[in-house]
Amino acid sequence: MNHLSKAILLVAGLALAACTNPNRFGDDGGAGGAGAGGVSGGVIPGSPNDPSSPAYFAQAIGDRVFFAVDQSTLSPEAQAVLNGQAQWLMRNSDYMAVIEGHADEQGTREYNLALGARRANAVMEYLISRGVSSSRLKFISYGKERPVEICSEEACYSRNRRAVTVIAAGSLTG
Amino acid sequence: MIRIVSMLFVLMAALSPLSAFAQTGPLRIEITEGVVEPMPYAVPDFVAETADAQQYAAQIARVVAEDLTGTGLFREIPQDAHIARVSSFAAPVSFPDWKAINAQALITGSVGSDGNGRLVVKFRVWDVFAQAELGQGMQFVSTPDGWRRLAHKVADQVYARITGETPYFDSRVVFVSETGPKDQRQKQLAIMDYDGANLQYLTGTASLVLAPRFSPDGSRVLYTSYESGQPRVHVLSVGTVESRILQANTGVMSFAPRFSPDGQTVVYSMTQGSNTDIFAMNIATGAISQLTSAPSIETAPSYSPDGSRIVFESDRSGTQQLYVMPASGGEAVRISFGQGRYGTPVWSPRGDMIAFTKQNAGRFHIGVMRTDGSEERLLTASFLDEGPSWAPNGRVLMFARETQGAQGASALYSVDISGRNLKRVRTPAGASDPSWGPLQ
Repeated sequence: MNHLSKAILLVAGLALAACTNPNRFGDDGGAGGAGAGGVSGGVIPGSPNDPSSPAYFAQAIGDRVFFAVDQSTLSPEAQAVLNGQAQWLMRNSDYMAVIEGHADEQGTREYNLALGARRANAVMEYLISRGVSSSRLKFISYGKERPVEICSEEACYSRNRRAVTVIAAGSLTG
Repeated sequence: MIRIVSMLFVLMAALSPLSAFAQTGPLRIEITEGVVEPMPYAVPDFVAETADAQQYAAQIARVVAEDLTGTGLFREIPQDAHIARVSSFAAPVSFPDWKAINAQALITGSVGSDGNGRLVVKFRVWDVFAQAELGQGMQFVSTPDGWRRLAHKVADQVYARITGETPYFDSRVVFVSETGPKDQRQKQLAIMDYDGANLQYLTGTASLVLAPRFSPDGSRVLYTSYESGQPRVHVLSVGTVESRILQANTGVMSFAPRFSPDGQTVVYSMTQGSNTDIFAMNIATGAISQLTSAPSIETAPSYSPDGSRIVFESDRSGTQQLYVMPASGGEAVRISFGQGRYGTPVWSPRGDMIAFTKQNAGRFHIGVMRTDGSEERLLTASFLDEGPSWAPNGRVLMFARETQGAQGASALYSVDISGRNLKRVRTPAGASDPSWGPLQ
C-alpha cells in the first residue's frame, strides 16, 4: 500500500511539472474540449488520470480517512492518506478544500454532529501541520445524516465513521 | 407556497348543571397507581342540531373516542353494543341502559351552529353508576375547519375530570418529515396535531433540517438548518412560516437549540474548532453568554420548567453522560451513573423527571429518571430509539424509532411514563425529532 502510494505520488509529481494550466475547472466544458489545442500526452485534464484533478485526488490520493467508534484520533493509515492530501494541496495551490466530518448511525443526533466536527477538525489540523494554509481549509459536520453505506453492521459503520476532504475550486465562502 | 391553516378560535362556556350536585367520587382514574384495567366508557354519536352539523356529529364523537382510548386508560364500549339511543342532548339519560352494558362513564354531546357559520359543540360527562353528571356541561365554538380541535377540547375535559390530570389532546407536534433511502434522505420540517391530523410542511426539502423545538407558547420553532452552508440555529414563526438565522455568524456551527420556559432565551450548542460548548442567547438583545467551557462535547441542553437549571449531556468523563448545572452556567453535577451512554435529556414540564436516550449493549432506550438521577426506568428498547419529547402534562413521551438495516426508516412513537401504551404516531412519511407543543 505504501509502495503504491509512493508510486502514485511520484507520477503525480512528474505530471505536475508538466502542467501549467492553473484554471483546471476553467473554460473546459468537458472531455471533448480537452485536447482541442493539441496533443496532451493522452491525459485528459480533469479526468482521474490527470494528477492535478480533484478526481485524481479523490481516487488516487484518497479523499477520506476512517475512525474508530466515538474517536477522532488519526490512525497511522489515516495519517498516511492525509500526508498525500497535504502534498497534493500544496502542489495545487489554487484549490480549496472542505473537510466533511461524519458519524455512523449508532449514536444520538446532536452528539454525532459534535463528533463529526471533532473528526473533521482533526483532519484539518493535521493538514495544517503538514503545511497547508488554514485559509484554504474549512470543515463541516454532517453527524449521522449522510451515510455512504446503509447496512446496520460494523462493515458499514466503519465506512461511515469518516472525514472526507472535498476539493473545491475558487475561494471558500461562509 | 405553504398554506397556513386559518386561525381557529375556540370559545368555551359552561352549561348549567343538570343534576343538583356534581360529584367526583367513584368515577376516577389515579394514573399514579398504575392502571391495569382501562375504564369502560360509551360515547354515542353527537346529536346534530342543524343540517350543517350533520357531517360532524359522528366524526367528533369518533375523535373523542380515539383520544380517550388512545391513552390506554379508557376502553370504549362499541356503539353496536349500545342499548339506549341518544336523540336529544337535553333528554334525560337512561342510566339503566348504560349500566347494563357496563359503561362506567358516558359522554353525550351535540353539534349545532351559532348562526355565523361556526360550529357549537356541547357535551356532558356522566357517572353512570352514580347516576350523576361529572362536572358541568360545556360548549365550545369554532369555525368548521377546527372541528377536530373541538373534539380534542371535549376529550381533554373528559380526561381531566376523570384523571384529575392536565390533559394534552388539543396540542400539536413539530417534527422532521423524512423521505428517501438512508443514503439519500430528504428532510423537511412539518407540524401536525398530536394524533397526526392536519399535517403541514414548514420548510421544503432543499436544505437539511434537524431537531425542531417549540417555544413554550407554540408560536415559534427553533431548529437547525444547513441552508447557509453550515448548521445554524434558525427560528421560525409558526403563523407566517417565516424563518431567520437566530445567531450571529460565530463558530463553525450552532445546533441543539431550546427555548427557556419564559421564551426569552435560547440555549444551544456552538462548535469552535473541535470543541462544542453550551451557550445562551437573549433573543431580544442578541447577548450571548457561554455556559460551559470544557474541552469535551457539551450539547443537548434543556431547561428545568422554573428556568433555574439546565440538564445537558457531556462526554467529559469519557462517554456521554447527563449533568445538571445552574441556568447561568457554573459547576455541573453528574446525574447518570448506570451502564452505557446517556444523551438528549429533556426536563419534564412537571419538573419531577428527566427523560433521556440511553445506549447500552447495542440497544437504544427511552428512559426517565428523577432530576437527581435516582429511580432510573427504561420505557422502551429497540435498535434505535432517540430524542424523547414530553406531552404538555408530563405523562407521555413521544420519540423517534429507526428500524435496522438498509431499508431502515424512522417513525414517531409515544409511550406512557409507566412504560405502557407504546404506539406508533400516524405520519404520512418517515418522521424523526418530534417536539410536543403546549396545550392550546
